[in-house]
Amino acid sequence: MSAIELKDLTYIYSKKTPFEKRALDDINLSVEEGTFLGIIGETGSGKSTLIQHLNGLIKVQNKKVSSVVVNGLSATEKKTLKQLRFEVGIVFQYPEYQLFEDTVKKDVAYGPKNMKLPQEEIDARVRRALEVVGLNYDEFAERSPFELSGGEKRRVAIAGVIAMQPKILVLDEPVAGLDPVGRSEILALIKQLQKDVSPTIIMVSHNMDDIAMLADRIIAMYDGKIELDGTPSEVFCNREKIKEIGLDLPLATRLRDKLVEKGINLPDGIVTPAQLEASLAAIKNGTAKDEVGGGDNV
Amino acid sequence: MFRDISFGQYYPTNSLVHKLDARVKLLLTILFVVVIFFIKSYFGFMLTAFVLIVIILTARLPIISVLKSIRGILFIIIFTSLINLFFVKQGEILWHWKIFTITKVGVHTTIKMVLRLVLLISGASLLSLTTTPVQLADGVESIMAPLKLIKFPVRDVAMIMSIALRFIPTLFEETNKIIAAQKARGASFDTGGFFARAKAMMPVLIPLFVNSFRRADELAFAMDARCYNATDKRTKMKKARIGFGDIVALLFMLSFATVILLDRYYFAGVGITIDYWIFGDLL
Repeated sequence: MSAIELKDLTYIYSKKTPFEKRALDDINLSVEEGTFLGIIGETGSGKSTLIQHLNGLIKVQNKKVSSVVVNGLSATEKKTLKQLRFEVGIVFQYPEYQLFEDTVKKDVAYGPKNMKLPQEEIDARVRRALEVVGLNYDEFAERSPFELSGGEKRRVAIAGVIAMQPKILVLDEPVAGLDPVGRSEILALIKQLQKDVSPTIIMVSHNMDDIAMLADRIIAMYDGKIELDGTPSEVFCNREKIKEIGLDLPLATRLRDKLVEKGINLPDGIVTPAQLEASLAAIKNGTAKDEVGGGDNV
Repeated sequence: MFRDISFGQYYPTNSLVHKLDARVKLLLTILFVVVIFFIKSYFGFMLTAFVLIVIILTARLPIISVLKSIRGILFIIIFTSLINLFFVKQGEILWHWKIFTITKVGVHTTIKMVLRLVLLISGASLLSLTTTPVQLADGVESIMAPLKLIKFPVRDVAMIMSIALRFIPTLFEETNKIIAAQKARGASFDTGGFFARAKAMMPVLIPLFVNSFRRADELAFAMDARCYNATDKRTKMKKARIGFGDIVALLFMLSFATVILLDRYYFAGVGITIDYWIFGDLL
């Protein structure tokens, strides 16, 4: 059974006013459990609307035609809405702006508390969530979230969502506005989360390098439609389409293309620096010795 | 949750009403609101409703967008009308039970009050539906200009107003985002009693306040960095001028106000006579 099943999902904002906008246009999507799904697309392409359907934050507009089913729970079913919210954890953009409690511990406990778990379970989950995001419990638990650094605040906010131990974790631009060190730490954390907490992860990002590195599968959205769908290599091989829908190629792919222009024979489908390195190493160890020299100079 | 709030939202159509000078619209709205309190007869209410509908049609607004603004005060309307209905004790008694009495005068007071509130809010919402916040703030500044003589900081106030108006949609958007985020963590805002709901809003209000202060700080720095100061040397990009349409609108509203005032004071309620023709025994 797939973890997420979207059928004929259409959503229109401000229907019948001059501001009318078709945010989702007949979306069909099925995501297997254990997938790391990357969603890319310009601002306003419908990514946020799509992810907010997954836990019923945005209600399905036309219940007769569209359906949203997550882990067997229908998002149109009112009775299981709460359960759905705990099944799908969403970390929104700039989640640190949603912190509100006077201590880190209480803030992280907000979700589990709403789940009506017993107090010992809440404490255990808060402790675990903080450790998972790399914040020492004894050091941070009693501090105010407002006095932490930007990166630390974001970790607390993420901990607040994963303390609910959602089976599906959705992250909207999780590294936006962070410094390079913060970025790579959070990205490493997300990879770890898939192993430890939530087997299925959906990440929305404008950064093609991050997405190419982390995702098993990528969908590219444009104007409310899914324009490309496949593995990172498949999606980013579609150079014209990527350009057409206002996106960029990952750095490694662009470098590979430049190297190919210079006459170095590299295979297509390179999307990460690691893949590029491996391909170059293969050439170096192989026969085409003169070409490798050129590669090293670039 | 707040997506449907329409009061204060600009509704762009390319109509004559939209093109009117903001100052004129502002003054006429104030006139309209004041006049509504002078209406005495049902005839007066019908005339006002007619005028309102004429304006709405000229402005090419869907009537529903105007009526939506009433939704925000529906609770107040229902509450005050119940108070009026049960506790006005003059006139012929129609129904009585314990401390509750409904009288003929009470019924009429209630109906008139509801009409007054509905017309008031729809009329006032026309201003914001047809005028952009920036035009409105400029209009206020221009109207308040004489206050400069007594050293009143008109420009500062106008800037504060424009900023406040500018940030209403931003804050709504932000509120929605925070609500979504807390809902995603299992918060519920629509269950429980009054206090439970008020308490449930804390996880929304606290970040909202914190973020507003942060935003205000950033904006102040940004304005400072561009050497903003509210001296008289500042000039406008768009100068508003009173045109032919403004004069027509002014005359139209003035004649409306005259009819209502004449009806109340001079003719000693011609409208009330008309009311009798129409409603007869009901009064």
